[in-house]
Amino acid sequence: MAVALAPPATDDNLMAWARRRLFSTWLDGLITVAFGALMIWAVARIVDWGVLDAVWTVAEKDRCREVDGACWSVIGARGRLILFGLYPHDEHWRSTLACIAIILTMGFSCIPKFWGLRRLPALWVAGFAIFILLMYGGILGLPVVRTEQWGGLSLTVFIFAAVVVIGMPLAVVLALARRSPLPVISGVANVIINFVRSLPLLAILFTAAVVVPFVVPDWAQGDKLVRVTLAFALFFACYQAEIIRAGLQAIPSGQEEAASALGMKYWSRVFDIMLPQAFRNSLPSTINQFVITFKETSIVTIIGFFEIMASGNAAVGTGEWVSQFVEVYVFVGAIYFAFVFGLSRYGAYLERRARLTHG
Amino acid sequence: MRTLKQRKTRAWIFQAIVLLSTVGLTVSFVVIARQNLLSQGIATGFGFLERSTGWPINFALIEITARSPYWRMLLAGLFNTLLVGFLGLAFATFLGIFIGTIRISSNLILNIIGTVYVEIFRNVPLILQAIFWYAILTHLPSPKQAIPLGDFGFLSNRGLILPALDLSMADVYLLLIATAIALYAAIRMQRAGPELARLAMPLPALAFLGVFVLLLFIGRTPDAPLMTLPELRGLRFVGGVSIKPEFTALLIAITVFGGAYIGEIVRGGFLSVDKGKIEAARALGLSAFRINQLVRIPLAIRAMLPALANQYVWLMKATTIGIAIGFPDYFMVVSTAINQSGQTMELIALLMAGFLLINYSIGHAMNRLNTRLAIKGKAA
Repeated sequence: MAVALAPPATDDNLMAWARRRLFSTWLDGLITVAFGALMIWAVARIVDWGVLDAVWTVAEKDRCREVDGACWSVIGARGRLILFGLYPHDEHWRSTLACIAIILTMGFSCIPKFWGLRRLPALWVAGFAIFILLMYGGILGLPVVRTEQWGGLSLTVFIFAAVVVIGMPLAVVLALARRSPLPVISGVANVIINFVRSLPLLAILFTAAVVVPFVVPDWAQGDKLVRVTLAFALFFACYQAEIIRAGLQAIPSGQEEAASALGMKYWSRVFDIMLPQAFRNSLPSTINQFVITFKETSIVTIIGFFEIMASGNAAVGTGEWVSQFVEVYVFVGAIYFAFVFGLSRYGAYLERRARLTHG
Repeated sequence: MRTLKQRKTRAWIFQAIVLLSTVGLTVSFVVIARQNLLSQGIATGFGFLERSTGWPINFALIEITARSPYWRMLLAGLFNTLLVGFLGLAFATFLGIFIGTIRISSNLILNIIGTVYVEIFRNVPLILQAIFWYAILTHLPSPKQAIPLGDFGFLSNRGLILPALDLSMADVYLLLIATAIALYAAIRMQRAGPELARLAMPLPALAFLGVFVLLLFIGRTPDAPLMTLPELRGLRFVGGVSIKPEFTALLIAITVFGGAYIGEIVRGGFLSVDKGKIEAARALGLSAFRINQLVRIPLAIRAMLPALANQYVWLMKATTIGIAIGFPDYFMVVSTAINQSGQTMELIALLMAGFLLINYSIGHAMNRLNTRLAIKGKAA
């Protein structure tokens, strides 16, 4: 004979909540106390180090040796090197504006009003063009700054933006080619995608930097930055193509058949029916791919580019700031964190939104 | 003109153009590469693998000197990649299981710790983390002021020094071979039947321990020590085994970064377990422990496997950033070899072949595991 149990108590007061989340069993209580203490201690140590005991201004840098805390003077003294790399000192404002242009572009693309297969590419091409005009110069009386001198945050942002702008159309082409009924087309796309995906990004960038000059006629070699960015875009495209393909596969086949039955041409079917839905389906994975790509821009350091990771390294490489490496790496890490965390939070928001609208 | 309009003909022409241009591009690459190499006086082909390198690497599992041939150097690099990769994967998995578990626990404090950990270490590039750990390790005190770890080892800017067992390289190979044979036997026994299967589980461990003890005691003069303890002589340590900071930093970075990602996969796996199944198990009167053992964990593992396979391949490829801190993994050995020998095409081909081999092996192994574990009666 079953005994009817009382319904589980709802926790509408603080005590019940604390009991459930902090002290449900004696072991749980023990963990709460021990780890809670550990957490408070760790936070206190970090605040002591980073804020209370820290030295903040360059003028006070001689005090760095005496205090236990962080020596943020290094950021004041080397901040320009970290953020701008070798970019000419008098032109730093251009680098700043160029960065802002791309960040604004990223911001605008988060607004649903700009989502569309025409608006979004237009937005990005415009943002990217403004970036290049500002960074490279050569018109409107701006002196030319060659790509070898680009560096710091704007180089990181450039590589990211260029990879997305070039990689996204390429990804669409690869995804469509892979689904093509023509065996040669899908075969070639298949081989490219699988081959690139099974290699480390570094190996591909290295190949572009070192091997391509060997196998391409001189006139087609271009600048090293262009080669490496194109190779990075290809790498991005191969991953993104698989994401788009998954998005395409999630569309019921009846949709395409219906469009065909209505007499729509291939390109119209693809751009008006398939791709808008595929992008919507694959939005969370796409954002995740952006996040990964932003972090992976740091790999170009190894190929010899002076983006923010390398310039941070250079700031503590030699001279008086050698022992302030923790501060500099925390600073550079915080910049990456701001971009990546922002992007991934936005992705999580989109996912929640999609769940709410699609049930 | 009419044939051009027919869809089939157009498709064939289009395909022929794509195929021809692909082939044409490849051929032009080869021709230009050959011209360039000839003009630089570099012999093509793999003959250079037998030449001696003339440069050393600072970390190798096999004996390497500056006179070693190229093939041996490349092999050492491949072993280094595999070592740091597999150790990193194993540690990252343990850490990830821990992080994933504390993120789904009911305890608020543990949740917060897990979340903060994941958000910090997942959102900062791996290479920055590796460089950070490397800087920490190389800013440790010099061997003279090394930090003693109990009575066993020392931590200094030259690396971690631990006592070493007195085993030669040949002994280590024997040990590995014996364990591999035992592992193979165990797999065969597991398939043979349920009675043998029970015996199979401890077999590899027993074989490892048995051969280990045998090797340690056989053929040894009675007064020779089993272990050499590290000792500070002058400015450096003598005896013991030293683990280089390059290796340690890369291993820590992969473990910590991978742990954050795997933690999320583990968490996702547990969250994906259907609540109804847990309730059903509870209704059947299973204890909390049995529910975990029989229902929750098996289902969660199945949900995790595909994502885990991707993550493993990704982490394995990510070991290439070791070059940023000077760890001689396969990529670093290949790129040094390219600088030194000029045999660019051959070495790039070997680089790609190495990673294709590693990644397809991981992918294949995880697929096998996936099909093996797939719930019976359901299409995988």
